[in-house]
Amino acid sequence: MERNPMRRQLASMRKSLFDQGYLDEQFMELEQLLDDANPNFVEEVVTLYYRDSARLILNLDRALERRPLDFSKLDGLMHQFKGSSSSIGAKKVKAESTLFREYCKSGNAEGCMRTFQQLKKEYATLRKKLETYFQLARQIGPMESANRPK
Amino acid sequence: MNSSSGKSYMSTASSSVLWKAGGDVVADQFPAGLRVLLVDDDPTCLMILEKMLKACQYNVTKCNRAETALSMLRENRNGFDIVISDVHMPDMDGFKLLEHIGLEMDLPVIMMSADDGKNVVMKGVTHGACDYLIKPVRIEALKNIWQHVVRKRKNEWKDFEQSGSVEEGDRQPKQSEDADYSSSANEGNWKSSKRRKDDEDENDERDDTSTLKKPRVVWSVELHQQFVAAVNQLGIEKAVPKKILELMNVPGLTRENVASHLQKYRLYLRRLCGVSQHPSNLNNSFMNPQDATFGPLDLQALAATGQLPAQSLATLQAAGLGRSTAKSGIPMPLIDQRNIFSFENPKLRFGEAQQQHVSNNKQTNLLHGIPTTMEPKQLAGLHHTAQSMGNMNMPVLSHGSQSSQNNPLLMQMAQPQARGQMLNDSTVGLAPRLLSPRGQSMLSNGMATNVSTRNGVPENIRAPSYNPVSQTSSMLNFPMNHTSELPGNSFPLVSTPGISSLAPKVAFQEDVNSEIKGSVGFMPSYDIFNDLNQHKPQNWELQNVGMMFNSSQHSNSLQGNLDHTQSILVQQGFLSGQNRNSTVISKAMFSAGDSTGHVNAQNSNQHLNSLLDNTVRVKSERVADTAPANLYPDHFGQEDLMSALLKQQDIIAPAENNDFDFDGYSIDNIPV
Repeated sequence: MERNPMRRQLASMRKSLFDQGYLDEQFMELEQLLDDANPNFVEEVVTLYYRDSARLILNLDRALERRPLDFSKLDGLMHQFKGSSSSIGAKKVKAESTLFREYCKSGNAEGCMRTFQQLKKEYATLRKKLETYFQLARQIGPMESANRPK
Repeated sequence: MNSSSGKSYMSTASSSVLWKAGGDVVADQFPAGLRVLLVDDDPTCLMILEKMLKACQYNVTKCNRAETALSMLRENRNGFDIVISDVHMPDMDGFKLLEHIGLEMDLPVIMMSADDGKNVVMKGVTHGACDYLIKPVRIEALKNIWQHVVRKRKNEWKDFEQSGSVEEGDRQPKQSEDADYSSSANEGNWKSSKRRKDDEDENDERDDTSTLKKPRVVWSVELHQQFVAAVNQLGIEKAVPKKILELMNVPGLTRENVASHLQKYRLYLRRLCGVSQHPSNLNNSFMNPQDATFGPLDLQALAATGQLPAQSLATLQAAGLGRSTAKSGIPMPLIDQRNIFSFENPKLRFGEAQQQHVSNNKQTNLLHGIPTTMEPKQLAGLHHTAQSMGNMNMPVLSHGSQSSQNNPLLMQMAQPQARGQMLNDSTVGLAPRLLSPRGQSMLSNGMATNVSTRNGVPENIRAPSYNPVSQTSSMLNFPMNHTSELPGNSFPLVSTPGISSLAPKVAFQEDVNSEIKGSVGFMPSYDIFNDLNQHKPQNWELQNVGMMFNSSQHSNSLQGNLDHTQSILVQQGFLSGQNRNSTVISKAMFSAGDSTGHVNAQNSNQHLNSLLDNTVRVKSERVADTAPANLYPDHFGQEDLMSALLKQQDIIAPAENNDFDFDGYSIDNIPV
């Protein structure tokens, strides 16, 4: 069966996402919500996340261009971003958000900017990885239902 | 659903539990079908939460704006059972939404945020949230939200029923008879007569209503405005449910409805104006030993006795003062709760000038009468303090009947105060205050048995555990947690998280005051606590909590937390309604009052009853049942605590309160 190697691949991909700290147990919470009615729930949520958070990233970018920096506004934006990110289990992204907020609180502009760059990197990396992951999952999915004994 | 997710998130909860939804009962499948309104501006979270709630078999409606949510709620008053809302939203602050919902619809509201800072959580508690969830939210956290609905219904219903039955049956004019109990002439008389009248009036209502399912009154904007107009016309001090009801002249509206709404409103006002308002109230009543203020609501006394968490006391006082008397003439702001505790005079209080600190309000108040959740250590500390206070208070106690009444309170309060002080050692202002009440309470118990050096205790009191911000949102950390020493908790004494809810809720106090005039009930419990405290530091926690709760009256809209019977204990001041939100606490307080009333069937009952009628009549009975020894909030429901307290009181009273007429407080069984 072709599924098996793919399944194995998917499983190992998933495992490495966790092992490498890209995802945390919140992601598993989402996985538990999968059901027959919404087999792609996790993918849908992640897609929604990236779409919505793009707006936040943009706002953060803009806010970071202002001089002087409005730390409380930055903190507020990041708070929202952090909330979203933690909801999908984006561990590294969340960590960077927390760090960013720390810098905001202490008024460290340099730290904020540096952290934000790092955050964007993690954000992009995670996105790529998840896209790959979901793609594979979708391939397996239909095969699965097709082969599932009725 | 279960099969789909492979697991059933919903436990097969008892379906028929007091599910008195506004006509919408899914009794058989409860909690399935629970109608949840979800409000969050983050679409990702909204999607996830919706899915989770659906997995729990709840009926979910989501919206991403607070305004939308409010209008949905207004249009469909009984269309939802519970609301879950994010704290940070662009169009309206989550807490504001919370307030609106509390005032208008009286629905349980759960707050959520990625922010888990103590202050925010505390805010949730003070604003009446029945729970606070930290994002990312897991499904397990959502599984049991139905408990808040049940609790709220149960409390409402119970209060409703109790008030009916209590009033009918138990309203004894004993109050007036009991000099001790109603010490405060004005308060007592006022209360008793008022109560009787209310009884009569309400009995009719009660009869009908108690047998019916309590329909939820929807406080529409118009209705609320009518209410506010009536209150303003009467004057906030004089605004009593009965009169408000008369002024409003709305058919179908019961006094209980108004009373509970009034509580919430008071809470709300209090929040607006800060705690300071309350202390005065409480203090006044309390402080004037001479006054009959001790009367029904001798909240102060209660507070003094440490039974009433300072805050509750403040609240109560505020409430009570408005009613019974301003006699105290010492319009001490809530903050002055400490003063109250100091019962008669600051000097009594431990002789520290701290009492003066009372004005510091809140902080001290917390400790003052409200033995909020003080951790055992704290309690212990308080004990000591209380003891010392006790000595001090003794003189106070000797003031006639009032004293006696107060004594119990004082004693109790003293204890808590002692604790509070202990906690606040650093915060001189605070500590003394706290101690005062405690000391007082201590006095009552054993008359200064505890008067050990409070100061000595302070270290202990510091109960680090004071978790004002317990996740359970029960943190009643009254703002009083001044104990600066305490680790950032608002409520130094509140050692138990449960109680913490008590503390912050200044609102409670108000509500309490209004309702519990003199929270007579508290006093007794307070004593018990004292005793308990003396015996077990833990009790403090419970007592505090209880006290706190009591004062806060469920108005805190602590939705559903009152159930934590602990609140009853809290009333006692010791109940550290740890687990319970302020609501619980407030309820406890009331319940305590109630129970006291019930149990003690004494004057205190009368006072308390009237107060409690709207509030939580919750499980006061229960309290009596539980052994006082268990006053751990966690373990006790309010009722249990109450019973425990009451029992203790009884036990203690005879033994120790010889000097203090607890009767005044009508602690039911405390033989005086």
